[in-house]
Amino acid sequence: MNEINQETAHREIERVARESYGRLVAYLSVHTHDVASAEDALSNALVSALDHWPREGVPKNPEAWLLTAARHSLIDAIRHQKVVLESEPTIKFLTEDSVEAALPTSTQFPDERLKLLFVCAHPAIDPSMHTPLMLQTVLGLDAARIAQAFLIAPKTMGQRLFRAKTKIRSGGIPFEIPQEHDLPQRLDAVLEAIYAAFGIGWDDMAGADQRGRNLAEEALWLARVLLQLMPGEAEVQGLLALMLYSESRRAARRDANGRYVPLSDQDPKQWSLPLIEEAEHHLAEAFQRGRVGRFQLEAAIQSAHAERARTGRTDWAAILLFYEQLLRISPTLGTRVGYAGALSEAKGPQAGLAILDSMGHEAVAAYQPYWAVRAHVLQKVGKTSEASNAYDRAIGLAEDPAVRKFLLHKRG
Amino acid sequence: MQFALMIYHTPEEFDMRKNDYSHPHLGAWRAYYKALVAAGVYVAGDALEVPETGTTVRVKEGKRRVQDGPYADTKEQLAGFIILELPSVDAALEWAARCPGASIGAVEVRPLAPEAKRRGFTGE
Repeated sequence: MNEINQETAHREIERVARESYGRLVAYLSVHTHDVASAEDALSNALVSALDHWPREGVPKNPEAWLLTAARHSLIDAIRHQKVVLESEPTIKFLTEDSVEAALPTSTQFPDERLKLLFVCAHPAIDPSMHTPLMLQTVLGLDAARIAQAFLIAPKTMGQRLFRAKTKIRSGGIPFEIPQEHDLPQRLDAVLEAIYAAFGIGWDDMAGADQRGRNLAEEALWLARVLLQLMPGEAEVQGLLALMLYSESRRAARRDANGRYVPLSDQDPKQWSLPLIEEAEHHLAEAFQRGRVGRFQLEAAIQSAHAERARTGRTDWAAILLFYEQLLRISPTLGTRVGYAGALSEAKGPQAGLAILDSMGHEAVAAYQPYWAVRAHVLQKVGKTSEASNAYDRAIGLAEDPAVRKFLLHKRG
Repeated sequence: MQFALMIYHTPEEFDMRKNDYSHPHLGAWRAYYKALVAAGVYVAGDALEVPETGTTVRVKEGKRRVQDGPYADTKEQLAGFIILELPSVDAALEWAARCPGASIGAVEVRPLAPEAKRRGFTGE
């Protein structure tokens, strides 16, 4: 074995693992209904590749090689646990002979990731685990990395993932694409889970929490996979557009000294034009399908902000209209706070304040964007002492030191 | 459930205490306490003096050993604690992440042991 071969082999394993992980896990688990075993089998296959490929060369079809190796590992594991398995009715068909028959061998195997995405976001699974499950089973992220992003102890995240996969195996969760009448709701859960991975907060005028999960790339990848699998769904394209708009402003959110810059103060020259153009393309296509939804409206709000790059001004009246539509279909806390902010820009701070005042105290007690927007609006109407109180709440609830510093400065 | 947030400071952060309240870091701490109280989760808390003021006592084989300084000789030192009443460890970690101390030093989150209190191992 020589060094170059080993390096090539390792690079190839990494590439195949990244690109094929989800496809292989999906394909294997669709046949066994057991995501955890499919993952174990695939990781055994990857270990085996690390051993074989540097010595024997990278196979012509690395994905097929991994599938075969994973399949053997899965069959071994099933034979090993046969006694246990026989008591489980869902997999009793897996007798020794039919194991071989049931498990796929085809080199041109179909892409079953869509089924896997629907399994991960199934209503029987704790909604807070939808995103972690997707990140692990479709992208192959490890529990520790997911735990970092979700602010959960790594051991706890590992246990929760384990429990969720047990539920998939023994809870009879079907590996199928939902029926027509279930589809909108089920698809919404998938989109929510992808958006939750993106995890970028709010960069509207009052500044606020940027609790980035550092998974933006992964979320965009998932959205692109989903779009590839469901090219006709307007909301899939809406979500992708929304995330691309947000991503286009990443560099503009900090100045040269690392200070936080709110959207209204950002220099549009710092925005990524190619990402904005890609977002616009997706949003326009989505709108053509004539089925407006939450993500398209949120993307439309971001597209109105992006217009400032061309026109030099922000069309708050247009933004307000999109918020009004959004409120009708998705009256979340975030939407209402965003609406209040847009209202105060379009119709004056008093109007925005009235909306903020009408929101329940309990619901907003620990919701940072509410206090950031409230502080901004109170400052505009000249209620200085109330404003500085609200700024304190926003500062105290912020996680990002740059945001805290920005708000402290605004508080004065 | 009650959780302790144990706040560990670097020497630099201990030093920042000498500033007045217009210092951004101290302003952030004040705002953090305000948010904790307003959210109705604050139970108790206090800050500790700088580690050099600590004295560590051990009794070994009937002999007292008294040592200058804190228990552990590490760069980051216990600087204070906050007790919070929260529904879950997830919520406790979220408040820990918001703590201004977390972006300079570290914050350890640990549940209190109510069993110890029930069995009379703690004063009340």
